[in-house]
Parts: sequence; C-alpha cells; structure tokens
Amino acid sequence: MKSAPLAFLDAAGTRADTILPLTWFTVIVSVVVCLVIALLLWVGVRRRQTSGVADIRSVPVQRGGDGLRWISVGLLISAVPLLITLVWTMVALAKVAGPPRDAALTLDVTGHQWWWEVRYNSALPAEVFTTANEIHIPTGVPVLVRLHGGDVIHSFWVPKLSGKTDTIPGQTNLSWMQARLPGRYRGACNEFCGSQHANMAFEVVAEPPEDYERWRAAQLEAAPDPTSQPQIRGLALVEYRCGLCHQVRGTRAGAVSAPDLTHVMSRQMIASGTVPNTPGNLAAWIQNAQAVKPNSLMPNQYLSGDQLSDVLAYVETLK
Amino acid sequence: MRVADYRTPSVGIDSVGHEARLLRLWETAPGLKGFFGSVDHKQIGIRYIVTAFVLLALGGIEALVMRVQLATPGGTLLTPEQYNQLFSTHGMTMIFLYASPILSGFSNYLWPLLLGSRDMAFPRLNAFGYWVYLASAAFMYAGFLMGNGPNDGWFNYVPYASRDYNPGLNQDFYALGMVFLGISTTVGAANFIVTAFRTRAPGMSINRMPILIWGTLTASAANLVVVPAVSLAFFLLWLDRQFGTHFFDNAHGGQPLLWQHLFWIFGHPWVYAIVLPAMGMVSDGLPVFCRRPLVGYSLVALSTVATMIFGFGVWVHHMFATGLPGLGLSFFSGASIAIVIPSAVAVFAWLATIWLGRPVITTAFLFFSSMILLFVIGGVSGFMTASVPVDWQLTDTYFVVAHLHYVLIGINVFPVMGAVYFWFPKLSGRMLDEKLGRWNFWIAFVGFNLAFLPMHLTGLLGMPRRVYTYHEGMGWDTLNMITSVGSFVFAAGVLLVFVNVWKSLKAGARAGDNPWDAPTLEWATSSPPPPYNFAVLPTVASRHPLWEDRLGDEPALSSLNKGLLLDQGKETIGTSALDAEPDMILEMPADSYAPVLLTVGLSILFVGLLCKAWMIVGVAIVMTAAALLFWMWPRRQLLEREPV
Repeated sequence: MKSAPLAFLDAAGTRADTILPLTWFTVIVSVVVCLVIALLLWVGVRRRQTSGVADIRSVPVQRGGDGLRWISVGLLISAVPLLITLVWTMVALAKVAGPPRDAALTLDVTGHQWWWEVRYNSALPAEVFTTANEIHIPTGVPVLVRLHGGDVIHSFWVPKLSGKTDTIPGQTNLSWMQARLPGRYRGACNEFCGSQHANMAFEVVAEPPEDYERWRAAQLEAAPDPTSQPQIRGLALVEYRCGLCHQVRGTRAGAVSAPDLTHVMSRQMIASGTVPNTPGNLAAWIQNAQAVKPNSLMPNQYLSGDQLSDVLAYVETLK
Repeated sequence: MRVADYRTPSVGIDSVGHEARLLRLWETAPGLKGFFGSVDHKQIGIRYIVTAFVLLALGGIEALVMRVQLATPGGTLLTPEQYNQLFSTHGMTMIFLYASPILSGFSNYLWPLLLGSRDMAFPRLNAFGYWVYLASAAFMYAGFLMGNGPNDGWFNYVPYASRDYNPGLNQDFYALGMVFLGISTTVGAANFIVTAFRTRAPGMSINRMPILIWGTLTASAANLVVVPAVSLAFFLLWLDRQFGTHFFDNAHGGQPLLWQHLFWIFGHPWVYAIVLPAMGMVSDGLPVFCRRPLVGYSLVALSTVATMIFGFGVWVHHMFATGLPGLGLSFFSGASIAIVIPSAVAVFAWLATIWLGRPVITTAFLFFSSMILLFVIGGVSGFMTASVPVDWQLTDTYFVVAHLHYVLIGINVFPVMGAVYFWFPKLSGRMLDEKLGRWNFWIAFVGFNLAFLPMHLTGLLGMPRRVYTYHEGMGWDTLNMITSVGSFVFAAGVLLVFVNVWKSLKAGARAGDNPWDAPTLEWATSSPPPPYNFAVLPTVASRHPLWEDRLGDEPALSSLNKGLLLDQGKETIGTSALDAEPDMILEMPADSYAPVLLTVGLSILFVGLLCKAWMIVGVAIVMTAAALLFWMWPRRQLLEREPV
C-alpha cells in the first residue's frame, strides 16, 4: 500500500507482522457478524411484516416461539470467536509487548510540540549524537526506543513497523521495532497535542546494516566549514539567529530546544514531515514558518533577500 | 418535625368531581410563575428534550463545519485553533449536553407514566436538575462564544490542559462548567433511583418494570458512583491551573496519568450510561410493533445491569498505549472482550422478538430495528479495539471515530429518533406524519452509513484523529469526501424530524390514548396526560397491563379504572422496593421557586470562581444558602411541621 503511507493493513516489521494477522482475523469476524445480523434482521422483518399504522390493531398480540433458544444459541456461537480472539490477543501481546533483551541499538526519542528529537546512544560518548524527525535504523535487528515526554503527551507510531506508545512527561515508556524490509516508513504523532498535532510526522528509514553504518558515520561528523563568502555570511546569521534554539555541531549555534540542524540537508522532509526538503520549501520555512505551520514555535525571520540567500547557501552545505 | 400520615387512602373509580379536584391540586400556574416554578415532571421532561435537541443541532452544525474543513486535503476554512475548539466543543456538546440529557428528558417525562405514579420522587430536585443543566450548558457555551471553548478534546488530557500550555480561560470554562454540570447529573441520578424503588404502582414488582426503567436506573446508579471522579478531576485541574497545586504536574511530583485514570474511570461507565436507557427504549418500543412481549425480559434486564458492572472494569482500554504493564493490560483486554456477552444477549433478544413476532412497519419500528444493526457494527469495532495489540494500531485513528459514532449515533440518536416517533403522540396528543417519517428514517440511515461506514477504512489507512487537516497522497482524500457528503445527508435526515414535529404540532392527526395499541401504563392515560397523570392510581398484575386480555396467561388482572384516589392533597403512593406493596402516602411539593433561585445562586458562584472575584463568590454563597434555606423550610403541606 504505497498509496497510503500510514496504513497498517500491510506490515514491514516484526512487531507489525505479529499484529497484522490478528487485525485481519478481527476484521473478518466483525464483517461476518455484521453481515449475519443484517441478514437475520432483514429476513426477520420481511418474513411476516405488515405495513401501516392503521392496521396495527388488526395484528393480534400473542406470545409463542422459543425465544430463549435464540439467546442461548446466539451466545454459544458468539463465544467461539471471542475466546479465539482472547487467546490470540494474549499470545500476540506476549510476543510484541516486552522490549527485546538483545536490542542492537537504543534510541531515546522525545516528543516535543511539534517535532521529534532522536538521540542515538552508544557505549562510547563520542558516538552519541542527536538528530530529529528522521530515524535511520538497520534492518533485521531489534531497535529499542525509549520514549520521553518533552512537554505535553504525544504518541509514537510507525504503523508499518510498530503500534503506538505514548510519550508522557515524567515517565519513560518503552517501544521497539525491527524492520524486515528496507524502506522509508512514515510515522506520526497520534495523541492530540495542540495546534500542530496534524503536522507532527516523522520518517523511519530502514536500511541494510552497511548503509546504516555509513549514515551513522556521516551523522557523527560536525558541520563542514563554510567555503564561499555567502556561506560565511550565512553561518554568521545562522549562529546569531538560528543558534538561539537550534544546534549546528562544530559552530557556535549550540541550543537544544529545536531540531539539530547539523545534517539537516540529509533529511528528506522539513518541519516534521510537513513539506519536502526542497530549496523553495526551505526558504519559505525559514522566512515564513507561521504560514507553513501556524502556531509552531519557529518564528518568522524577516530576512532581507540577500540574507536569506546567504543563509540558504550555508544551510545547503549541512549534508 | 415530620409526622407520619396514618390515613388509609380510599379506593374508588374516576369521576368528574374527582378529576376537577386533582386538576386544582396538580396544575402548574400559567405564565412566568409556572415557567419558573413548575415541578411537573412532564414539563421538565419536555424542557430537557427541547434543550438537548437544540444542543444536538449546535453540535451537528459544529460537525458539519469540521466536515467542510476535512472534505479535501489541506483545507483552509478553519485555523488550527478554531478547529481544535470546534472538535472539542462538538464532543462536549454531544456527549455531555445532548446524549445524557436527552435520555434524562425522556425518562423524566415517561417514568411516572410508566410506573403508574403522579410525579418523580423529588419533584423540586427534578426541576433543579434541569435548571443546573441549562445554566451549565450556557456557562460552557459562553466560553465558546467568547473564543474560550474547550480546546483539548472532551477527554482534556493534561499537561496540554495545564496553564503552561493552555494559558487562556478555555480550560477554566470547561473545568468549572463540568463541575457545575456534575451537580445536575448527580441530583438527577439520585432522583431516578429513589423514584424507581419507591414510587412504582402497587403490584409493579421489580420484575415487571419496563426495560427503560432498568436502563435509566442502572445508568443512574453508575452515575452516582463515577460522576464524583470526573468532577474531582476537573476541580483538581482548576486548582492546578489557578492556585499552583501539582496534582497533574510531573515536574513537582504530580502525575499526568492520574488525570487519565480519573477521567476514564468515569468516562467508560458514562458511555454505558448514555446508551443503556436508549437500549431500554428499544426493548420497550420494538415489541409493541412486533405484536408480542419482549423475548427474554429477565435476561435483558440482567444483561443491562451486567453490562454496567463490566463497564466499571474496562476503563483502561482507553489507555492501552500509555505504557502500563502488560499484565494489567491483559486483564482490561479480557474484560473488554467479555463485555460483548451481555450486549449480545440484548441483540439476540431483539432479533428473536422480531422473528417470533409479526412486525408492523412504522417509522418508530424502522429506527428501533435499524438500531440493532448499528449497535452490532459499533459493537464489533469496539471488540476489535479490546484486543491490546490490535488497539495499538487502531487507537486514535479514524477507526475509533467511526466506532464511537456508531455507538453514540447508532445506540443513542437512532433510538431517540424512534422514541420521538413512538412517544410524541403521548407528549402532544398528535401523530407524527408517517410518510415524512419514512423519508426522515431512510435519509438519516443512508446518510449516517455513508458518512461513517467508510470512515472505518479511513482509520485502517492510518488517518489520525483530531487533525485539523491532512496531506495529499495519504490515501484518505476520497474517503473523506464521501464522509463529508454523507454527513450533510445525515444532517438533512435529522432535520426532517424537526420539520415533522413542527408540522404535527400545527396540524397532526389526533392520537387518542393508545395509538400503537401498546401494553404499558403510559398508554392507559390520555394524550397528552393530565397534570396528575392518572386519575386513579393503577394496580398492576403483569408486565403488560394493557395486553392482559389478549395474552391471557397472567393469573391476576391489573386494575386500571379502579384504584387509589389520593385526592386529599398533592399525593402519590409510596411502595416497597422489590414487591411494590403500598406502604405510605407521599406528600408531593407544590410548585416552587427554590430550584431556580438555587440555580441562579450557583451560576453566580461559578462565574465568580471563573473570574476569581471573591466578593461575587461571597454574595453567591449567601444567595445559595438562602435559597437552600427557603427550599428546606419545613412546610405543613408536606407534613414537615405539626398541623395547625
């Protein structure tokens, strides 16, 4: 279902794989139950119906028939799919609930109004880094996701890989995912969190381990030094303005209350899955963020044309 | 001091002089005096129904505006903040200000008639319940009209509802309004419980009560237990916001999840409270048109109670994704799957009633019988969300929106529409137009399903709830357009019921006492009923007093024309809780301004609290105390003082 990136009627990861057959089973049971009841209702009404209020007294009132049999047989039949679902639910829950003990990678994901902070942990402090809104994972290994609430409650959901878990301030929730197939999987916030709840998406990029390692190595790099005059002027502006909230590692822009921009150009989307990361969109986002994502915490910048092109010249080096 | 009335009431038959005496005692004064002072359950019931329908219309308009916004991707009709207030106000309106009050309205109107009594047990409390409902609805809508409507959904999760993230007055209006409304729900519930157990007609033992009584009684018992939880939650939220307490503030040792527990331990039983009485309407109305008694009365009555008891143990299924331990989740998952069983009892009882009866097709029948299917659709989608792993995918998508609308529209609005067609002749003395009724039903039915059946798929395709817009290319465009079109068709269908009522009030056919040849006591009196309901109080010997001659299987016969006269004062009979043996004469209060005065005092109190204007709060407390004193002042007529 390429046409529906958030659909969960197809799965590409261990966790979603386990849930999917149960989902289909309950869907099929539900549809069959509805059809049977609709048929019973239709036939029951049509069988001996009289039309018209005027005649109501002409239809005699009477008891009769074994009504309780309907209830007992109905309940017995209903109990079968219910019991199957109950047992299957417990089995599936046991499989998908617990975080894996052998996680190859541990991420700390924090939900913020309205973006996702992603921290890659490592035993080596030098290999810990932070990025935002685009999560790369290696395929075929379990990834543990520790979820934190940055402000209000959000919910972390990558339908093709894993069900939802809320990010709640004051507690650490655990989720995990394991991608079977490489691909780019959309995720979204699923708990109402304010104005821009609708634009709080992210992407999980599952790639073969060697590609993932290459990406990780690139992410560990600091930002490259500017090489041209516009880039140098752009860096100054970025440090002076963007640096109040954002970080660009290797420069004086060092704040951490907004997405890390060190490798912003390596990400396909900006503003948390709101628009594709094209030069035009990037310029619009920097200059007039409130039009792209009203009430987001990114203020409009009111840069002159020259300033904006300088900033873009620099930001485009942050690959 | 209260003195017992040891008089033995006389038994007799109706006469002109008797009716004139009763009319003098029971009739509400004309004009403004009667408007503000009436304690007649029929007037109060109609007020509840009219007010709730006005709010249904408002909530419906809010829904339509949202459906225009969502008809196409990237809609720009509404800003995010406007959308968020609209969807929150829509939820608040439909769930709190329509779904429950409409059932209270029908129950208020019908209960004493169904029970063969002359009024609710506490008529002034009844009036008070209505006034507080009206005042709290006005209070919350005042916030909305000033741009301070609720903006965090009806569920109102913290911390988004806390002052840090929500600095406006939106949450204060909502929090105080909900505490205010809780007073109405609580007094109404207490009144229903006492009415059911103490004022049934002699002989109407507990196994002869109509199922509507079982439904509202069960819902009321649940409300008494759970409304305190939500009132407390909203009160604590207000303290957190305005006085810096930290009940929900994790930075200072509070717990955001505490809100969710307090809210859903109320919220889930509440869902049953707003469907069980409506299921009771179907259980009572459907058999009339099937020309036979309800199949499995005892099982249906017990399943009503069982549903509620299970209903107390499933609230965590709203919180499956909050990171609670798996063992706890599996308990609530099991309970949520098991609750299907009592619901299935009702479904098979209704189906059997249709199969073993001879259905007469009327508009009321169509609404009641179609409800069975809508109930099942809403039920099976609920069963899907009961499975924890499946719910981790389904929750907070449009699948759940579809589910809850099948529950609330299917099991509340459709039975209520049926109830309008069924009981309007009793309320007004005039029939609704059956031909227009068919249009009404089919347009509403087709529109509703067109809007909400495809929405299940929207959810399975991953569309999150509570989004003010969505992107192209997510696979949701066509489905959303269909839903928007369907919602307008559905709205047109609902509109027709108002048209029909308006037409009928102007020139409807006369109904007569019992147009449907129905079996229960409300059809034994005139349409509309006189202020005293029954000239002589009936004595009941079966579940179907008006069908006894034809069913012929009851050993004793009910007495409708000869019974207790009780025309010495404004009186009705008190009977024992289980067997309904008469054991005391109940003196009923005359019309009184105390309920409306108390409501005015409380309204000023809540405005004062909202503004934190302590002078106003002080004045309001004095007014409230004075109104209570006036209410409670012992009256000779009620035998609360020694007679002169």
